[in-house]
Amino acid sequence: MSRKLELIVLAIILIFAAQFIYMSSTTDAEYAGADGEAEGVINDITGGTYKPIAEPFWEPPSGEIESLLFGLQAAIGAGILGYFFGYYRAKKNL
Amino acid sequence: MHIMEGFLATPWWQLWFAVSIPAILYGIYKMNRLVKEKREILPLLAVAGAFIFVLSALKLPSVNGSCSHPTGTGIAAIIFGPAISAVLGTIVLLYQALFLAHGGLTTLGANVFSMGIVGPLVAYLIYKAGMRANLNFYAVVFLATAFGDWTTYLITTAELALAYPASDVLTLGGFLSSFKKFALIFAVTQAPLAIMEGAVSALLFKYVVNVKSDILVEMKVIEASVARKLRGTPA
Repeated sequence: MSRKLELIVLAIILIFAAQFIYMSSTTDAEYAGADGEAEGVINDITGGTYKPIAEPFWEPPSGEIESLLFGLQAAIGAGILGYFFGYYRAKKNL
Repeated sequence: MHIMEGFLATPWWQLWFAVSIPAILYGIYKMNRLVKEKREILPLLAVAGAFIFVLSALKLPSVNGSCSHPTGTGIAAIIFGPAISAVLGTIVLLYQALFLAHGGLTTLGANVFSMGIVGPLVAYLIYKAGMRANLNFYAVVFLATAFGDWTTYLITTAELALAYPASDVLTLGGFLSSFKKFALIFAVTQAPLAIMEGAVSALLFKYVVNVKSDILVEMKVIEASVARKLRGTPA
């Protein structure tokens, strides 16, 4: 089986990673969330007068807990992907 | 990144719900019918949903020093169409709104519209057009999923610009001025991430073709001749 596509994808990911390592070591970029930055723009446009009409009724109590839940989300998805690809692959070889 | 909880005032959040709910209901109807007719499709549906789960959990650093995450909806759009993608996207957005304070319940309608409806619709249309033009399958998947991802964030940008025009009342000039400001954040941050999403989606499709190309043919995603060519087996 040809691995050409894998190599192309790997190259794209490596370019991306190299760019990140370079940027994060040469600039003081904060790597904050784009949604938080949009909040800053909203404050600029409205002159800081906008009050959110609702608050999240539950928030992860810390950045660690938030990472945990994002990690859990990825793990659930990855588990399902692995399960079914394994299932199909094994079934094909029967 | 989705629009945060509480950041769309009346009438905008209601408006996006009004637009999104019919699409979600139609998607649920289509999904039920599909699962009833073809039970063997369920694992692939789970794979498409799981891919959205994984990709939208990965907040990646972008070239301009801020973070955002891909959407992962392109795969579902190509295999199952935009309506069913809207349902899958809604599930993920609900999870993130409830447990992660990411996105929100009042902004759910707007976020479903961008990530679950328009993004997948664009991916689907690009895919169909590309395949009709006989382009390379994986290149078409790359283009469709990358532009689907990017479109999602252009729509988010437009939704915010509509709600926060630079003028006191909504005018075209006020909309465009705000659109530029939000686009500097979302469209720029997302461009490299969209390229990554396209690349990874193409790779996932390669594995689906390898293990289960008959389902793709049955779902009319690819023609039997294309499937044979991709698998490298003689016709």
